[in-house]
Amino acid sequence: MLNPSRYAWTDTETLGAHLESRGVSRRDFVKFCGEMAVILGIGSTAAPRVAKALQSLKRPSVIWLQLQECTGCVESVLRTAEPTIGDLVLDVVSLDYQHTLMAGAGDAVEKAKQAAMAANKGQYLLIVTGSIPTKENGIYTTIGGRTAKDVLEEAASGAAAILALGACAHWGSIQAARPNPTGAVGVRDIIKNKPIVNIAGCPPIGDVVTATAVHYLTFGRLPAVDGEGRPLFAYGKRIHDQCSRRAHFDAGQFVQAFDDESARKGWCLYEVGCKGPATFSPCPIFQWNTRTSWPIGAGHPCIGCTEPNFWDTMTPFYGRLPNVGGFPVERRVDTIGMALALGAAAGVAAHGAATVLTQIRRRKATHQVPETSGDEGERHG
Amino acid sequence: MAKTKVVVDPITRIEGHLRIEAQSENGRIAKAWASSTQFRGIEIIMQGRDPRDAWAFTQRICGVCTVVHAVASCRAVEDALNIKIPANANTIRNLVHGMQFIQDHVIHFYHLHALDWVDVVSALKADPAATARLAQTLSPWPNNGEPEMRAVQERLKKFVGAGQLGIFTNGYWGHPAYKLPPEVNLLAVAHYLEALDWQRDVIRLHTVFGGKNPHPNFLVGGMASAINLDSTATINAERITDIADMIKRARVFVEQVYWPDLVAIAGFYKEWGAIGGGVPNFLACGEFPEADIRDLDKLYFPRGIILDRDLTKVHEYDHKKVQEFIHSSWYEYSKGPEAGLHPFEGETSPKYTGPKTPWTYLQDEAKYTWMKAPRYEGRPMQVGPLSRMLVAYASGHPDVKPMVAETLGKLQVGPEVLFSTLGRTAARGIETVLLARKMEQWLGEMISRIKNGDVATFTGDKWEPSTWPAKAEGYGFLDAPRGSLGHWVQIENGKIARYQCVVPSTWNCSPRDAQGQEGPYEASLQDNHPLVDPERPLEILRTIHSFDPCMACGVHVLDAEGREVVEVKVQ
Repeated sequence: MLNPSRYAWTDTETLGAHLESRGVSRRDFVKFCGEMAVILGIGSTAAPRVAKALQSLKRPSVIWLQLQECTGCVESVLRTAEPTIGDLVLDVVSLDYQHTLMAGAGDAVEKAKQAAMAANKGQYLLIVTGSIPTKENGIYTTIGGRTAKDVLEEAASGAAAILALGACAHWGSIQAARPNPTGAVGVRDIIKNKPIVNIAGCPPIGDVVTATAVHYLTFGRLPAVDGEGRPLFAYGKRIHDQCSRRAHFDAGQFVQAFDDESARKGWCLYEVGCKGPATFSPCPIFQWNTRTSWPIGAGHPCIGCTEPNFWDTMTPFYGRLPNVGGFPVERRVDTIGMALALGAAAGVAAHGAATVLTQIRRRKATHQVPETSGDEGERHG
Repeated sequence: MAKTKVVVDPITRIEGHLRIEAQSENGRIAKAWASSTQFRGIEIIMQGRDPRDAWAFTQRICGVCTVVHAVASCRAVEDALNIKIPANANTIRNLVHGMQFIQDHVIHFYHLHALDWVDVVSALKADPAATARLAQTLSPWPNNGEPEMRAVQERLKKFVGAGQLGIFTNGYWGHPAYKLPPEVNLLAVAHYLEALDWQRDVIRLHTVFGGKNPHPNFLVGGMASAINLDSTATINAERITDIADMIKRARVFVEQVYWPDLVAIAGFYKEWGAIGGGVPNFLACGEFPEADIRDLDKLYFPRGIILDRDLTKVHEYDHKKVQEFIHSSWYEYSKGPEAGLHPFEGETSPKYTGPKTPWTYLQDEAKYTWMKAPRYEGRPMQVGPLSRMLVAYASGHPDVKPMVAETLGKLQVGPEVLFSTLGRTAARGIETVLLARKMEQWLGEMISRIKNGDVATFTGDKWEPSTWPAKAEGYGFLDAPRGSLGHWVQIENGKIARYQCVVPSTWNCSPRDAQGQEGPYEASLQDNHPLVDPERPLEILRTIHSFDPCMACGVHVLDAEGREVVEVKVQ
């Protein structure tokens, strides 16, 4: 994963400070700027102005709103390894508003947020965790006496782009599970005029979050996304297509009950409810917590938490996605995946049909799932 | 000085959304109100679901204490269906929950609480050599040398010099209540950064057993992580070695960094041993079963109740004496607003009656929070590390009693200082040290069982709903990092009919009841509590953070039927 602190002069600090830390004096720096000014044809007298412009390059401002949520997404980002959260906060970005870590409170932090939004208008990156309750004029979450919706709309208006971090900010998640008592929705349901990237998952893997932020800061644009707004570099493949237990699926070797002989051999968890065949997620590749393991790796079926409405479409979690009637090894995985998705819709939760099917269709429409290739290898976004 | 109305919203460095209002006069707080400003409705959502899925839903109540609701939920369902889990599963849960405690308490100290006591800007003035000398008198920790301290200070200087203060913007730097010498401040900043790296490492224990953190996976009837020494895909010797190393690194950091820092910093703030005591009653439901959960004498941290700060008597805890009230909360009851309901008959209909947003003040309102008011035999109770350590101390616990005595000796203070803001923070450290030492023993016991051929991690005889009675109810308890947690579940025809939680922050953040008794946050802020500058409410943060609030946990909906949620009218 990219770690900007390993690169020479990036956005991690002002250029002046960066050069100084490497033993370049201010006098040398101004001299350099004079030469640059001549080369650029704007005359050596412009040197101080060039120097000032370069020196004032700052760490990009990030404003982080925590709305209706459990703080699990913040904790997940605290677990990132490359860059570490310490590097991120001190060297990579200027985290100008974040409830969990900020030193001040109340008015002091609200003023800090207002100042950062004004100073970086149109340029800051807005990170949002948590859903937005819409029933009863949004009274179900307030911050500083204002509703979550009000706070979000204000912060979004001056943002360059928005990272909707986690299932709650993506589509509402647990709060939006049937019957959605507070009318919870995701960021995309409120904000329509800004680029939004959805970092799906409950929570997402911290490294996906930082990789997306680093992508934006390093390449100056947001990563390519799928129909759900999820970055392809992380969510481009189904868990089933990358699973370390896939060979057991193909060989028809299934865990029938937890802790049975086949569970102790690490066989496929499909029969005890695994939702990997219907879930697009980086879990098997990125893995969790410095690549220590991942849910299926630790013996529990996938619950499908990167997919919208998974609390209703993927439950009961231990219910088996319907049998697809034998699946010989040579059979194309897409066909099986489609059959499983259809079956899931019919057998696990009837009203989930549209959602799961739509996911597959959308991907086909946007060429994220190849129509033909029998190869179960690379997918192309 | 005139009476000043104070509002602190948002309270930062906590989980969730909390608003504190107060009235201050002559540098003291006269009255305080704690308001929870978020409502999510998770128990309504639980209704009609598969009880075996409940752990995953309730786990999402909180992503900070990401283990506790999941385990309490499994225990509630296992209680209802009379499932006894294998010894290995119990040990794995203890290891997972134990590491949750250790990691969570250290994060709380450095990243949520320390900046109430540590002036980051002052650290710029420290002498790195003197800092290293001081650090080396406190602890043998190898990263306390002068080069390390100098490097941290340089990094901080560069950060401040760049003019972008980020998370430190508008902190209360230079506030007269900050008392640490620059060198202690620098040492704390160094360990603030080290702890960020440390926590990421040790919490991987959750990933080995639960596949991820936050929100590792659990299983009704045991744990899903099978044990097989001869497989690459299960708990095997390689995994056990990794875990053993994490446990060791956790203990060393707690013993050589967290605990010495806590004691050193506390030494400069002894006056906080007489501030913020508040509610004099303490409840601990007990935790870390070392045998079957039903064997209540085999809990490592014992169960019990202390009343009126009387440490000569530990009263028995009975969950049937818990009731929730809504006198000051935005809900209504079918039995009227003054009824108290046990969770098995609990009901909740949200009814917002507060002012239109944006709010100015809530303190003049009759109802002012989404938090209900749990009471034990009508009494407000403190829960959390201090309650656990007081109950254990008063019970003559063989590990807790000497550790408390040693701590009081080091600080040269008497046991009366335990009833305070400082006492809550110290108790958290004490139990962390004890748990960090206990983990190795638990892992050793599991290794012994594996050696003897016992590798079971799951009991499946009651897995199928066809084996369940038509009706069942269960109580799952767990003493979480922030205090006593209870889940109450009622199952009918294989589905959840009612699900209710009374959680630590509901106890601690509870509002006033009909008798006018304040909840613990409020009572603590009204107990000999300074507030020198209402514009910079540093002292309020100290006391509120000493409870380690977890607001998302505290707020929940307990709708018996899950279908008649009364429409809320903003008035």
